[in-house]
Amino acid sequence: MAKNMESIPPQEDRRGFFSKAAAVVIGGLVGVIPFGAGLATLLDPIFRKGDKGEFRKIAALDAIPDDGFPRRYPVIATQRDAWNVYPNQPIGAIYLRRLPGESTVEAINAVCPHAGCFVDFNREAGDGGLFQCPCHRSDFKPDGERLEPETCPSPRNLDTLEVDQQKLAKGEVWVEFKNFKAGHPEKEPIQ
Amino acid sequence: MKTLIDWIDNRTGIRHAVNEALYENIPGGSRWRYVWGSTLVFAFMVQLITGIFLWASYSPNAKGAWESVYFIQYEMQGGWMLRGIHHFMAQMMIVLLALHFLQVVIDGAYRAPREFNFWTGLILMQIVLGLSLTGYLLPWDQKGFWATRVATNLAGLLPWIGDDVQKIVVGGTDYGHATLTRFFALHAGVLPAALIGVLFLHMVLFRRHGVTAVGADKRPAAYFWPDQVLKDAVACLAVMVVVMFFVLRGYFFAGEDHSGLPIEAHLGAELGAPADPSTPFSAARPEWYFLFLFQFLKYFPGEAEIYGAIVIPVVIMISLFLMPLVGNWKIGHGFNIALIVALLGGAGFLSFVAIQEDRANESYHLATEEAERNAIRAIQLVQAPSGIPETGAVSLMRNDPKTQGPVLFAANCNSCHAYNPVAELLPFDSLRGEGLVPPAPVSGPNLYGFGTSKWVKAFLTPNPVRMEAEIVRKDEERAGKLGPQQSNDPKEIEVVPINSFHFFGGTSHLEGEMAGYVTETMSDKDEWSDEDLAAIVAALAAQSGIESEAELGPDKIARGNELLASEDHCAMCHNYDAESDYGDAVDLNGFGSRQWLMDFISNPSAARFYGDNNDRMPAFNEDPHNEVSNRIARRDLEIIVDWLRTDWYEPQPAPAGAEYEEPSPEADVAAPTS
Repeated sequence: MAKNMESIPPQEDRRGFFSKAAAVVIGGLVGVIPFGAGLATLLDPIFRKGDKGEFRKIAALDAIPDDGFPRRYPVIATQRDAWNVYPNQPIGAIYLRRLPGESTVEAINAVCPHAGCFVDFNREAGDGGLFQCPCHRSDFKPDGERLEPETCPSPRNLDTLEVDQQKLAKGEVWVEFKNFKAGHPEKEPIQ
Repeated sequence: MKTLIDWIDNRTGIRHAVNEALYENIPGGSRWRYVWGSTLVFAFMVQLITGIFLWASYSPNAKGAWESVYFIQYEMQGGWMLRGIHHFMAQMMIVLLALHFLQVVIDGAYRAPREFNFWTGLILMQIVLGLSLTGYLLPWDQKGFWATRVATNLAGLLPWIGDDVQKIVVGGTDYGHATLTRFFALHAGVLPAALIGVLFLHMVLFRRHGVTAVGADKRPAAYFWPDQVLKDAVACLAVMVVVMFFVLRGYFFAGEDHSGLPIEAHLGAELGAPADPSTPFSAARPEWYFLFLFQFLKYFPGEAEIYGAIVIPVVIMISLFLMPLVGNWKIGHGFNIALIVALLGGAGFLSFVAIQEDRANESYHLATEEAERNAIRAIQLVQAPSGIPETGAVSLMRNDPKTQGPVLFAANCNSCHAYNPVAELLPFDSLRGEGLVPPAPVSGPNLYGFGTSKWVKAFLTPNPVRMEAEIVRKDEERAGKLGPQQSNDPKEIEVVPINSFHFFGGTSHLEGEMAGYVTETMSDKDEWSDEDLAAIVAALAAQSGIESEAELGPDKIARGNELLASEDHCAMCHNYDAESDYGDAVDLNGFGSRQWLMDFISNPSAARFYGDNNDRMPAFNEDPHNEVSNRIARRDLEIIVDWLRTDWYEPQPAPAGAEYEEPSPEADVAAPTS
């Protein structure tokens, strides 16, 4: 090994500039291609739309007791999980509630709008029962309204879902199942 | 800015480190011949980057590996390019390794004091080969699966510990989840970490001793930056261009047009059909750079395999490790160069022989064609709306009538029945393809298009047509017209189709009542008008449901149904539309439908079918309560039936019979004119 040069930077010269610029540009270019291809796959989910809300059959109307208490029902649908497709899977749960003597049904998403925990309905709590979130103790009335909006950790009431009125008239409960973004005061569907 | 750098430099000494890296002294200045090491580091960095991104999308389990790789290749944006770069850069690394190694040996760069440099390089080579081997399995396709099985079986040859080593690597005695988790841990964890460690040593040693500047004494010395960096960058660019050429090659040279396949099938790395231990794969070959070893092993039969697989490679590796010591002798360097040239030449020669042998091997061609067909089919099936079930893509393949039907038919039916188009009689149908090689002698009907209007029409054609003599040979022999010697002469004779081997095969029905009815009664225009013949064909074909009623003509079907039920016509012998009381002949209710075929094949001697008149066809699934006692499992029978009826998923709307033209009334039952 020659010992006549030390590892110290030499003085800048103009001739070296082209070499330096070219080395940096080419070096960057060859790195960008594999990194870019990888980044594209990593960002792939951003460009993928989730399932659109769709009306799905939940129950028969006469199977829901008209006592005003919300009851939990699973939502059965075809589930797509990356490459797999599973038919007839429970993809979520909703509460259905029928008031005494009425043939209308209220549908409420079972997920707390605060942080996404699964709310329970407790018949013993409050007057006529309360939805109680096990995570941060948000309380909701049986119709989904916050019990104390000022102090409730949840920024909005429980998310109500649309019920198909034509199907309901025929005695079937079809609900447009959607999930909504947690933590916002506005109800905004996740897509 | 400068203050910030000063601040960092005071605490880390980063300036010195960068200077160390960039202002390395190169005696004799920058040269193109020094780029190989840098391109290898670059290739490894590319593998690291693409590998980590692939890791984020890959699932190492036997029901998710192929599926996740499929998802990367076909569904994720840029996935095919990511996979393609990783795949071809891996092969590029092998090429660069060989070049780097060759140059080191020829330049004598292994000589003192660079022995450890050389040895760490050899270890790096082993690690890279290990990465290639483990990576080949991960897509869990047929090719990787079967090729890697061979490799792990070779590990089992190790004396004393072979079985245990094999079990440890495979994660048990069988390939499965554990094999993938272990190979993946090796491929993405252990081996890259080892490579980084040894590469670090290799580079520290390199910096300590510098480049081996052979023949550069007279040129001025220079720094690494920028001239050598530029040369390295240009070389890396060239490497990247070559890799991208292979990644994109399919786009420019798509070759055969596989309609219905997405463009991703032609881009990046290929993906075979999902691994299936129950489906043999004779197209299994290792990746090209292991091909020489594959060929080498052919010369070590049976017990001697251990020499080819372990002893000789180990001896070669030892001789490589000894190169620096051997090189100290007077003729040592020459010996080393001769050795490396001999090894590379030998490997090249063996690879060449392997390729030549495969090229001349007809069954290998067939196997690769089948592998390609199955790979395409797998993609078609997983892209069907029903998607990939929990049981994985392999279950779609196992239950696919299009690919499994011919295999099951060949194994269970083809010894008696033919399934191939016949000129002038059973027309070629692109959905059914060329069919299978007919058995010799044929003893059952040709089932190509069974239940379609074309088949029924040919069966009921009362006019004699010219056919190749071979087909009716037995017929002639029976009539004493031909001796067995003469029967091989190619010639044509006139015969009514129903009397040929194509319909009743070699059974007694060949000259039975049905054959007599067609040749005598149905040929009589007063008994059976052309319109009635066309009607009966449409009505019978409608029973199978293969062609739609609209295609067959609702009016013709209605008229045909009357004839089927008429006791002066079909119902004279056959049961049709009657509640009970089977006739003397086969039940025509649902003739050729899925249920009819299932019932018939299950037991042709049932009262509903041939009863006592059955000639030799066995009952294939007689006892539904005792599957083991049956000749064929019910599921397999269903696949055969679905295949006969072309009931399978096709990506484009190409229903069965789409090839058929709308039959014109005149030509409907008229015999072929030639």
